[in-house]
Amino acid sequence: MRDIFIHIALLLGMPPLLLGVINKTKALFAGRKGPPLLQPYYDLFKLTRKHVVISEVTTWVFTAAPVITLTALLIAGILVPQGPFRAPLGFTGDLILFAYLLGLGRFFTTTAALDTGSAFEGMGAAREATFACMSEPALFFALLVLAKMSGSLVLGDLLHAPLVTTGWEAEAAPLVLVAVGLFILLLAENCRIPVDDPNTHLELTMIHEVMVLDHSGPLLGLVLYGAAIKLFVLSSVFLHIVAPFQSGRAGLDWLAFVGEMLGVAVAIGVVESVMARLQMRHVNYLLIAAILFCGFGFVLLVR
Amino acid sequence: METHLSILLILAGSVLHGLSGVPGLWMSSRSATGQRIALLLSLCGSLLGLTGAAMGLLGYGANIVTLPWSLFGESITVSVDGLSAFFLVPVFLMGGLGAVYGLGYWPQAANPANGQMLRLFWGLAIMGMSWLLIARHAGFFLFGWEIMALSAFFLVSTESHLPDVRHAGWIYLATTHAGTLALFALFAVFHRITGSFALRPIAFDEAHLGMLTVLFFLALFGFGLKAGMMPLHFWLPAAHASAPSHVSALMSGVLIKMGIYGLIRFIGFLPEPPASWGVIVLASGCISGVFGVALALGQHDIKRLLAYHSVENIGIMLMGFGLALIGRTLGNPLWVALGLAGCLLHVWNHGLFKALLFLSAGAVVHATHTRQLDRWGGLAKRMPYTAFFFLIGAAAICGLPPLNGFVSEWFIYLGLLHTAQQAHNGWTSVALAAPILALIGALALACFVKAYGVMFLGSPRSIELSTVQEAPLSMRTPMLVLAVGCILIGLAPMLIVPALEVALRAWNPAPSIPFPGLLASMAPLSSISLFGLALAAGGLISFFLLSRLLKRRGIERTITWSCGYAAPTARMQYTASSFAHTILGLFRWALRPRIHYPSTKPLFTGSARFETHQDEPILDRQILPIARFVKQSFLEFRPLHQGFTHHYLIYVLVAVIALFIWTMPIHRLIERLFSR
Repeated sequence: MRDIFIHIALLLGMPPLLLGVINKTKALFAGRKGPPLLQPYYDLFKLTRKHVVISEVTTWVFTAAPVITLTALLIAGILVPQGPFRAPLGFTGDLILFAYLLGLGRFFTTTAALDTGSAFEGMGAAREATFACMSEPALFFALLVLAKMSGSLVLGDLLHAPLVTTGWEAEAAPLVLVAVGLFILLLAENCRIPVDDPNTHLELTMIHEVMVLDHSGPLLGLVLYGAAIKLFVLSSVFLHIVAPFQSGRAGLDWLAFVGEMLGVAVAIGVVESVMARLQMRHVNYLLIAAILFCGFGFVLLVR
Repeated sequence: METHLSILLILAGSVLHGLSGVPGLWMSSRSATGQRIALLLSLCGSLLGLTGAAMGLLGYGANIVTLPWSLFGESITVSVDGLSAFFLVPVFLMGGLGAVYGLGYWPQAANPANGQMLRLFWGLAIMGMSWLLIARHAGFFLFGWEIMALSAFFLVSTESHLPDVRHAGWIYLATTHAGTLALFALFAVFHRITGSFALRPIAFDEAHLGMLTVLFFLALFGFGLKAGMMPLHFWLPAAHASAPSHVSALMSGVLIKMGIYGLIRFIGFLPEPPASWGVIVLASGCISGVFGVALALGQHDIKRLLAYHSVENIGIMLMGFGLALIGRTLGNPLWVALGLAGCLLHVWNHGLFKALLFLSAGAVVHATHTRQLDRWGGLAKRMPYTAFFFLIGAAAICGLPPLNGFVSEWFIYLGLLHTAQQAHNGWTSVALAAPILALIGALALACFVKAYGVMFLGSPRSIELSTVQEAPLSMRTPMLVLAVGCILIGLAPMLIVPALEVALRAWNPAPSIPFPGLLASMAPLSSISLFGLALAAGGLISFFLLSRLLKRRGIERTITWSCGYAAPTARMQYTASSFAHTILGLFRWALRPRIHYPSTKPLFTGSARFETHQDEPILDRQILPIARFVKQSFLEFRPLHQGFTHHYLIYVLVAVIALFIWTMPIHRLIERLFSR
């Protein structure tokens, strides 16, 4: 019971902190002091109290999209276990629900972007939909590897496969490949460098930021909060592969989980600092590389 | 007794449908009375038929009943087992709903030239489909099949004064007859093996594998052609696009499923299938799925777009069925149950959401008089109900929770993932279809975001929004029924499980495989329902709270932010072509779209054009060129055809003399010449 409370509390409370850590890391790399770690929380709080300006072209879909996306992502977050603990809910085949909840979020985010009738937002929506066509098969390959390894179709047990695995020698190679693939997915799905640059608000080079140009006030707050939750959920999926550790003591394990999450944020910050954004036409190659990594992981496992 | 009742209800319902268009033939071509009578008869027929089908789904119709009918020998046999009943439900549902929709979409007063014909063949098509579904006699099956196929030809060519429609109609007619020819061959071989035209499973020792393989491929061709399985789908886009919208809904939602029914039914009759059959079906499902949706992305015509999505969804059904076949060969009841349940449920689901999409797209076409996606925009403001229904259909066809498409795809995914786990002797590779299904889902999502966004959102591109009116109640009611069906199956899928299990048992060719309760135990549908309800409730409540907050705070409305550009126009919006451009680039190697880039050579260019056009890869690039070549070759014979009787008499004489020479014992003559 206590673990479930902590799970939900972390799911709701921690995501903006990850953004703060990423920004701080980038600032340190650039030799700046950077905004405070809690700046994303201040921003969200400020946005909830702000005035709302909406394009007159939009329909109800525009206001509904952020809340539907957020609901879908929160439910997805409930299905994903954090660290060595059990997920609050789960059932056979919930991994498919997880993937399609991300799809539902994407459907409404892109539809809301088209709702404004702006060329920029249409461009972002088209890119988001295009890149998803490559990231979804990669995600399923990764899930296949874990399903095969764990013999379970419950997301909670499946992600714990690296934790309880016995034949470490045979399964290490597929897991390494899947980890690389999932890290690419993590960057692409959350629109980080090298796929997208969250800082370039006014250029033609972006995906997620351009789709939400017309959201303002509380709506924008919901969108940003949802994006942070997506980062949190996908990071915890990724962590199961790279850091399958368990000490046996709950308090220590929770602390370790929070520490690992911050570590992922730092890693993303480092990637963002040392890499440039790819040309838009080269993003395809990166995502196909993710498919190849996860696909070869599967091939290695079943060979 | 109940068997007789259920068959009687279905026969009565089908005959009422078949007769529904007849009284109108004697009415004035401008009076609405005929249409009202047809509507009344159709609704009664649908009510009776649905009752009969429901009895069948409860398991009351499985016995085979012999009816005297001298046309096919002495008698024919019919039965409404679970499988037949399962397919009968969409037939009768759509039969009634389409008649209601036609009231607003194709009113007799506005279409005096073809309204009567449309209703007559509408009823006949429903009748043909319900007959072939209950038939247990090859002759009666083909009778129903041909009634359906020919009625569909007349339905497609309703607007036969348009050349495009005539063209589509002819291609459909030629194709459907090619398919029927394969079915004739199928039943001839079947008769040779079993010694009768009664449709029953072939016993293990009755035929050897070569014969069965012939049967399998004949069925795959004949039924695959009707289902629109790639590469046999080429007739489908033009036929769906040319027909009136409720006819497209019937064809796409119901009629092409008869091909799936035929495949399931007849392949079920063949004993001991080799695993390669299942792999072939699964692979053709994957190909249909991926390339169907990729072709859909390249379309500019909404009805062609939806038609290609039918190819995609047929692919998903075939993936489920292929998995079931593999499971049957390997004796794995779980794969059979999950694969076939996914396939069957997708038949219903596709019938619901595709019909919904065609009807709502039809309402838009009706209101704006164009089918071109890139002309529309902003229609949600003038047609809010239609837009909402289209959105429900779009989310459902993408397989998004909490709607019905998710449930059937979830079954298939689950079955495919199970193959990865219970890998015995290398069947793990079947699981590779799961990422392909994910790819299909992502592509479909892109396509329907594009379609919904370009049609209903943004600003109008080249239509006058003020003249557009919401669809009348007669067109909205069928859409509402279908949308409710989509939501209901999505939120409470366990209601469908008993019907699915009856259908599975009816198909199960090896009674040794235990089915009862398997589906319910393997697939935790109550969890799906729980999460669906949580999602729906969470979304609705938070949307309500947010709307109240925004209303209290007051929203300022202004123009769309265009990154500082002061004079944005509607023409600057992303169009359907631009939205799909990058994705199509990934498939350019296979689809080879024709793209004309604008020339921007001089520094100050004048006006420039950019065009993309997606040919139908099979019809336009393979079949039509071959047909043209054959036609050209036969032109060589034209000098012989002058139309004078004398010439033909000479040909007869020459032919007769040639025959004489042929039959002369010339070799004897030669022998005799040289022997001496």
